[in-house]
Order: sequence, then structure tokens, then C-alpha cells
Amino acid sequence: MAERKKGESRNIKVEVLARVEGEGGMQVRLKDGRVDQVRLNIFEPPRFFEAMLRGRDFTETPDITARICGICPVAYQMSACHAMEMACETSVDGPLRELRRLLYCGEWIESHALHVFMLHAPDFLGYESAIHMSAEHPEVVKTALRLKHVGNEIMNVLGGRAVHPVNVRVGGFYRLPSRDALAALVPQVEWARQACIDSMPLLRSFEYPDFEQDYELVALSHPDEYPMNEGRLVSNKGLDVDIVDYDAHFEETQVEHSSALHSRLKARGRYFVGPLARFSLNFDKLSPLARQAAASAGLDGECRNPFKSLLVRAVELVYACDEALRILGDCDVSGPASMPVEPRAGVGHGCTEAPRGILYHRYEIDEHGDIVNAKIVPPTSQNQAQIEEDLRAFVEQYQALGKDELTWKCEQAIRNYDPCISCATHFLKLDIVED
Amino acid sequence: MPVPFRVRAPTLLLIGIGNPDCGDDGAGVEVVRRVAAASDGIGTLTLSGGAAELIDAWSGTDRVVVVDAARSGRPPGTVSRFEADAEPLPAGHERRSTHGLGLAEAIELARNLGLLPSRLTVYAIEAAETAVGSVMTPAVARAVERLADELADVERLRRAGIEPVSK
Repeated sequence: MAERKKGESRNIKVEVLARVEGEGGMQVRLKDGRVDQVRLNIFEPPRFFEAMLRGRDFTETPDITARICGICPVAYQMSACHAMEMACETSVDGPLRELRRLLYCGEWIESHALHVFMLHAPDFLGYESAIHMSAEHPEVVKTALRLKHVGNEIMNVLGGRAVHPVNVRVGGFYRLPSRDALAALVPQVEWARQACIDSMPLLRSFEYPDFEQDYELVALSHPDEYPMNEGRLVSNKGLDVDIVDYDAHFEETQVEHSSALHSRLKARGRYFVGPLARFSLNFDKLSPLARQAAASAGLDGECRNPFKSLLVRAVELVYACDEALRILGDCDVSGPASMPVEPRAGVGHGCTEAPRGILYHRYEIDEHGDIVNAKIVPPTSQNQAQIEEDLRAFVEQYQALGKDELTWKCEQAIRNYDPCISCATHFLKLDIVED
Repeated sequence: MPVPFRVRAPTLLLIGIGNPDCGDDGAGVEVVRRVAAASDGIGTLTLSGGAAELIDAWSGTDRVVVVDAARSGRPPGTVSRFEADAEPLPAGHERRSTHGLGLAEAIELARNLGLLPSRLTVYAIEAAETAVGSVMTPAVARAVERLADELADVERLRRAGIEPVSK
């Protein structure tokens, strides 16, 4: 690279960042070899879901909040149900808890398969999109489509349909699936688990940039299981709190360049949620087969290279299939489809592991079950500040790269987070400004 | 005496794509809803338009007709017909959304993977208003009505050698 003159500044700019959900943009400004400004601009308008929920009945939350996202509706339904059940002082356990977990496995499989093979893999194989990739790597794309189909089938069977499921209610389900419908899922999920394991050598062969950050990783942690629906909020830097204390430790702030709120830990600022955090904080809770898949991907107990989130998602795919098969192998659908939940005045919190990280809901309801207020904090809001910091560090480390390559890598650095801008507010444009 | 070889008539599936809550974007779904109500012999499906679900939906079907709204700059209500098994949709039919791939992308993905139906016809209805909560504009509503009448004519399809079968 030609030596740059002092005082020279570079602006790196990408108009439309593809393969993310929602509308936003990104600008990185370099001056004297230092990044002096990074902005993840989210300009998709705010969506006012929290205000829309006020005055609605507590039983409506799973269906209303599922509409926030077409990729992770189950996460919204699960966080909403858990919060309402807490407010009403009930809890759902036994077979219904297992079936909820099975439904969540379906969403992880569907979402992770899409991201690993269709959205993220083209970055590493050097294609503009999955369509361009499909001409030369048809098997990768066919595997992705079939994996996604399997995830969707689980959601169909348990949720009534794959997008915005309609069978989830506070207290459980409206109707339980038949034993036959569940049994028919087994060979499909067995295929999916093997397909994920067989993909590991290809995924490991990708070239991952040498880039690690000192993240505060935040995820749920449960004594007996890899976290999905329940657990305490923990981090690698000492956080260990009950989800009811979320507001005491986390805050949301407004920033001018984004219509999504930025979340921060009151004590230490930005933090990182999602597969990397879950994996690093809960490695010992993975099934033996998933740990074996991690080893074959070259991962040990902790991963702080965000580009390797692709490998971590692949490990979680193996886990989600394995866990789905465990539940399918021992599933009791003879009981009632739901537990009775009587409204009472109170506050409930729900925090579950969406495919992209923790999704926090808090509701206050009155004695009739009408919602007094609602708060929803999606994973992408929580990761915004960290995405900006990753870009800052990445551009400083890799500024010798040519502009096109640097821009491409920056887009990739954003896609590491599989950001769902629709959830966070809400086309991502990326600008690396070079004057 | 040899058993005569029986030629199976190709089956038809009609797929409507769009979001009825977004004004003219619901045009494809409305066409298919009308065809389904007018004739019980035609297999119909309405989808939101994701690539994976589209490819899933048409697998195993020889003859597929897709109706979708488009923003290609033609006057609102213009209906364009494309034989997508022969060539890609022209520019202007990509979906602006991102996590999901749209119809044009689904078709090219399926072509690369050998997963296209042997005949795939796309009707694109030019939209004017697609904001959330908007209603269908008059020009598009008229186009919907005309196209639905045409597609619901089962006898005409039979004369064309297409056997409509429910899916």
C-alpha cells in the first residue's frame, strides 16, 4: 500500500449491505491510521410494538410479538410466554417444557442453516450471494435448503406453521401434535444432524481472518442444559444475575444515528450476545456429539473470533438436531396441551436464547390480565455497540487492505452477528468513507 | 399385445405471493384466493415469497404458475407474463428484502440446482402502493379481477393440455 500522508482521511462506505435482515447502513471514517468514527446507522423506522401491546390481553403477547420477526418468531413467543407465566406465578414444566424446547430447536435449525450456508458461506467462498454460489457449489445450497426445510417441519408440526407459528399460547400449546407426526420428524432430523457433521470439514477449511476481541460475552446459563428457554444471565466478566434483575444491570440508550436503542451493561458498557457467547459460556452443557463436532471444527471451550461464529453456529446446528432427537425419542403427548394460567396483577420477565442471542421481555399486567406496559430488548440492539467496536478494531488492523477488499471484509464483520435489523427496530448500507 | 403407454397430463399448481396487509403487494395472493374460490379443480397456494419455501412448494409439480406484484416502472395494473423456465425474470423483479430471497432469486437458485418445474410461468402485476396498512389501488384491483377470471378457466387450461390437480 502506498504510504498515506499525515492528516489524510479515508471513508469506507457501502451503499447496500446484503444478506442481513432489515434496513440500515454503516459508515467508517479513518484519519491518520486511526478510525475516528464508526456508525451503524439503522434507519428503518421504529415499530412501536411495545406501545401496541399496552391494553391488550396478556394471552395475546405470543401472537403479537411473533410478528416482530419472520426469522425468529419462536424466540418472541417463548420470551413472552415465560414472562406472562412468571407474572401469573405459574410455570410450565414436564412434557410441555420439552415440547417448547423442541419447537425452539426447529427455529435454531432453520435460522442457523440459513445463515451458515446461504448468508455467511458466500463471504468465505467469494460469492456475492447464495445464488452465485449455487452454480459452483450446488450441494452446499441443497444441503442448506433441506436443513431449513427440516427446521421448518419441526415448526410446522409443533407450531401449526413455519413462519409466525399459531399454536403457542401462554401455558403451553393450543393442540399437541400426534405421536405419528412427531415420529415422522425423526428420520428427517437424523439426516440433518449427519449433514451438519459432514459439513464441518468444508466449513473449517474456510479462511478466517486473524481477529479476536476482549469481549464481555453474555448468555443464559442453566445448571443442567445448554440454554434456550431458561437460566441465569452470566458473563465471562463476572455477571451472574437472575433475569428479574435485568433492568438493574442493563440499560438502553438512544443514539442519533440509529432508530434502534443501544443496550449497555451499566457497569462495563458494551457486551456481546449470540452463538459465540452461548458456546463459550456453556460449552460443557453441549451434547457429546456437539462437542465432538466442535473439536472437528478446531474449537475448544472458548471462541473470541467473531468470524468463527459460522463454525459455532454449525456446532449449535448439530446440537439442536441432537437435542431435538433426544426430545423426539422420549416425548409424552398424552397430557393436556396447556396449563391453566389465571391473570393476576404483577410483573413478569422472560429471557430466552433466540438464535442471535438473548431476547428479554418484561410485562406489567393488571388483575384482569391487561398489559400496563411492555419492554422488549432484542439481541441485535444489544450487539450494536459491539458491532461498531468490531468494525473500528478490524479496520485499524486491516487498513492496509485495498478499499474493495476492506469494504467486503467489513460487511462480513457485520454479518458475523447475523444482525436482524427488523427485530432491532429495524437493508443495511455500509459506508467506509475515504476522502 | 403390449400395454399402451399412458401419458400423464402435467399437473398445475398456482402460487400467489405477497402480503395482503401491504396494499398492492397482496395482488398475487388475491388472484389466487379468487381462483381457489371460483374453481375447485386447481391446486393453489399463497406464500409470503421466501426462496426456500417457494422451491419447497413447487417440488414435484410439472407446471407452475406464480402470480406476484412487481415494481418495474410500468403503469400500475399492467400484467406482464414471463416464461421463467426459459429465462430469468427481467430486472426490477428482485425483492428488496434481504434475509429472505425473493421470487427472481428463488427462480435462479432453483435453475442452478436443477429444481425448476418443467414449465414455470410468472404473472407480474405492476403495483402502485405497497405501504403497510394501505389498500389495493383501483388499477391493480381491476387487473387482479381480469387475471383471476382468466386463470380460473379450467376448460381453457384443459384445452391447453394442462390437467389442474389439487396439491
